[in-house]
Amino acid sequence: MHFVVCVKQVPDTTEVRVDPVTKTLVREGVPSIINPYDAHAVEEAVRLKERYGGKVTAISMGPPQAEEVLRRALAIGADRAILLTDRTFAGSDTLATSYILAQAIRRLDREEPVTLVLCGKQAIDGDTGQVGPGIATRLGFTPLTYVLAVEEIDIEAGEIKVQRKLEDARQVVCGKLPALLTVVKEINELRYAALPDLVRAARTRPERWTAADLEVDPGRTGLKGSPTSVRRIFAPPQRPGGEMIPGGTEDPARAASLLVDKLLKTKLIADL
Amino acid sequence: MSEETYTLQGGGRAAQKLKGSPSGDDGYRGVWVFIEQVEGRAAPVSWELLGAGRELADSLEVELAGVILGSGVENLSDEAFAYGADVVYLADHPLLRDYRTLLYAKVLINLVRKYRPEVLLMGATSLGRDLAGVVATSLETGLTADCTELKIDTEKRLLEQTRPAFGGNVMATILCPKRRPQMATVRPRVFPLPPRRSGRKGRLIAESFELKEEEARVRILETIKEKGRSLYLDQAEVIVAGGRGVGSKENFELLKELAETIGGTLGASRAAVEAGWVPPEYQVGQTGTIVRPKVYFAIGISGAIQHLVGMQNSDIIVAINKDPEAPIFRIATYGIVGDLLEIVPALTSEFRRRLSRSTSEGISNA
Ligand SMILES: Cc1cc2nc3c(=O)[nH]c(=O)nc-3n(C[C@H](O)[C@H](O)[C@H](O)COP(=O)(O)OP(=O)(O)OC[C@H]3O[C@@H](n4cnc5c(N)ncnc54)[C@H](O)[C@@H]3O)c2cc1C
Ligand SMILES: Nc1ncnc2c1ncn2[C@@H]1O[C@H](COP(=O)(O)O)[C@@H](O)[C@H]1O
Repeated sequence: MHFVVCVKQVPDTTEVRVDPVTKTLVREGVPSIINPYDAHAVEEAVRLKERYGGKVTAISMGPPQAEEVLRRALAIGADRAILLTDRTFAGSDTLATSYILAQAIRRLDREEPVTLVLCGKQAIDGDTGQVGPGIATRLGFTPLTYVLAVEEIDIEAGEIKVQRKLEDARQVVCGKLPALLTVVKEINELRYAALPDLVRAARTRPERWTAADLEVDPGRTGLKGSPTSVRRIFAPPQRPGGEMIPGGTEDPARAASLLVDKLLKTKLIADL
Repeated sequence: MSEETYTLQGGGRAAQKLKGSPSGDDGYRGVWVFIEQVEGRAAPVSWELLGAGRELADSLEVELAGVILGSGVENLSDEAFAYGADVVYLADHPLLRDYRTLLYAKVLINLVRKYRPEVLLMGATSLGRDLAGVVATSLETGLTADCTELKIDTEKRLLEQTRPAFGGNVMATILCPKRRPQMATVRPRVFPLPPRRSGRKGRLIAESFELKEEEARVRILETIKEKGRSLYLDQAEVIVAGGRGVGSKENFELLKELAETIGGTLGASRAAVEAGWVPPEYQVGQTGTIVRPKVYFAIGISGAIQHLVGMQNSDIIVAINKDPEAPIFRIATYGIVGDLLEIVPALTSEFRRRLSRSTSEGISNA
């Protein structure tokens, strides 16, 4: 079986800010990490390979330094890593990104038919979760989102059985192969990388594919291929602070009573 | 296609104007809201979106439509009218009984191609996100997830879609200037529920179409309901949330007592969940549930941005924290600096005393 995993390099979102003066994103010094959900997607692909045999290929679209996340994927146990990098890819929104990734998967599929594509539930920089379903649509693969567990792959029947996580339920579904899964974190626990994998990851330089290697239509990638554009960015508005109720340390009972006064006046809290 | 016509209230002026207007934007006109339903019950976010959509439709001077897909769900159209839809497109088919991505996507895509709305809004629920990504890709149009503000640039007839990025540290306003429809998802509770005007009427357009089981490519084998899930959290009117400062599972009992006294629901920060004091479904925030209660108690919660994005739309925020510098105080309506282990029990007993008194007063006054 051939498992393809899409991994994205993202900034550690806790650190990104808007510069109050220039109103631009301050990303300097912000560490880059593998999108946490994607690490679980690689882990799951590796476990599926251990169960069913086959091969795991990790791909990432991004600037040259995104190579780092592919090394992480190799350390987790991916067999092959490919960076899709080209100046014309810069500025791609989710629609263009899913196109580029789908073109790469088409090429991989020609070399060795793809059984399953795995993506993270969403990338933590944009939190959109659109790229996975987008790739599935372009490839005509069965989209299976929010996967919590892969129960079985039945190659004979050409089906995969998974559990999906919904708001208030878990759903067991059988989908036709080839399929694309987006995974939630509960799907597995990351294991410590095995030493040979670490060594191999450090020594391997991920392959690079450019626009020319992918046969992409330049009108459908990068800024040109992105229907959405950012009009402006700004710091989130601060909700104005309110009133401090004094005496919480010296006389907690009195402070509590003052607060209850105020809350009951609003009539928002009722008795049971 | 069969079409039933009811009397039209509100939006009628817009509809007339629309007929006479030249077809700019390739004739894409109208604001659509996808009405999400499971087992015949609509997700409240659908009505919240009709409220938001109503304003957009009015600024654009076009009709607001609700789109209902399902099996035996015609009764939801009256609800949609009551919440502000001028038109309802109804796709009722036995194969649409349970949500399956490819069937719902096919039907919705065909409706969009046929009727050409300029805006399509959906809830950012697991169902809505699953569907939106497929539909937008097939239509080769833009999709903006998790919008917190939607406005119309009336001059250019463009939807300004504002959303948080980078975990809420940054806001971005996004446009989709050249493709239609302009698609956006919105999380539950970001917009308030609009007033419900029962008896309000609109036009019902029932579509007929063909669908085959094979096109689904999936079979649902089983759905296991999880009890006490966060579904309730995003509907809660009062939330008593605790963080790392609560200190232990035992201390969370103090918060539970307060919650029970005032008819509230328990909530938690990620730190409290990770400590194992509270199950994950209680987590509020970026990676938890977004809530919009009338009153939110943040107890022993510092106020990290990822927590704030999940609760800052609460009407009233009460913060209790021993650190006067805790960021949560910057957004709190009322703040008390002190030890939660003292203040929370004091609050509970004070509420108990006052609430039971006010009910007995209420009874004697009646
Ligand atoms: C990608 C990402 C996503 C995240 N998503 C979420 C999310 O969805 N929800 C979320 O909540 N967090 C989320 N976080 C984590 C977030 O950054 C914070 O780490 C977390 O919210 C902190 O929880 P806390 O406020 O309970 O703990 P702390 O920050 O440790 O705050 C504890 C507070 O308790 C106070 N305190 C201690 N003892 C007492 C006492 N006896 N009486 C009164 N006060 C006391 C302290 O002064 C302190 O302010 C996310 C982080 C990342 C990186
Ligand atoms: N540039 C990228 N390179 C590789 N995979 C990506 C990229 N962008 C998104 N993905 C995949 O799509 C998932 C969802 O991303 P998003 O739609 O941006 O939230 C991620 O978890 C990745 O698996």
